[in-house]
Amino acid sequence: MSTGEKYLAAAYLVLFAAVLLYVVLIALKVTRIERELTELARLAKERAGG
Amino acid sequence: MLLVTGLGLALLWAPEDADQGPSQRIFYIHVPVALTAYACFGWAAWKAFRLLWKGDERADLESYTAVHIGVIFGLLTLVTGSIWAKVSWGVWWTWSERQLVLFLILFLFYSAYFMLRYSTEPGPRRARTSAVYALFGAVLLPVSFLAIRLADQLLHPAPLFNRDGPQMSASMFISFCVCLAAMLTLAGALYLIELTGKRVDARLRELRELLA
Repeated sequence: MSTGEKYLAAAYLVLFAAVLLYVVLIALKVTRIERELTELARLAKERAGG
Repeated sequence: MLLVTGLGLALLWAPEDADQGPSQRIFYIHVPVALTAYACFGWAAWKAFRLLWKGDERADLESYTAVHIGVIFGLLTLVTGSIWAKVSWGVWWTWSERQLVLFLILFLFYSAYFMLRYSTEPGPRRARTSAVYALFGAVLLPVSFLAIRLADQLLHPAPLFNRDGPQMSASMFISFCVCLAAMLTLAGALYLIELTGKRVDARLRELRELLA
């Protein structure tokens, strides 16, 4: 692999890593929202006497 | 799909540049990512303008989200540009290139947006201050964009588009256009996901306060 090809691979990997990181962060956020919604649903049921 | 097609065309179909060799293919991500960053900052300024002009409260979150995505694409522009600079010029960064410095100023300006936003209490005042700041940043957009066309070309390549059209082969131009469309679509998708996430967060906060 030539030096140019190594730098080319590095640039494309940076983009790929950034997209991957963003997807992971979004997945974590969705998990947190789901957890909070479950907690709020439980609280709402308690309030309703259910 | 568009992103995979664009990168496939850039890496496998577009011809190799005779001067720079394989590293020239960084162009197919560096330039679309930079143009997408400009588009995000422009969109943020437009939303800020709508907030100030029409008092559209939803525009505050939309402007903030656009700055958020723009800063991510701005950072990617700087990183991919640095990698390209290292292989082409032998340095990661040079202060003698006005285009580079102006883009860095633009990036730092919008990065400081978050400091301003989180240093004030949430509410109409914060929304207005953030909007004025985002709108002020719009002044830097044409300066940064035109710097590539107007500045003396020392190291940074001259613009590939002029009055005679694109200064590249048809296959290069098609690959570039697909990559640009892919980056804009990616930014649009991230913008909508981020915006929805922030809106859901706000609703959850309201619910929590109601149930507390």
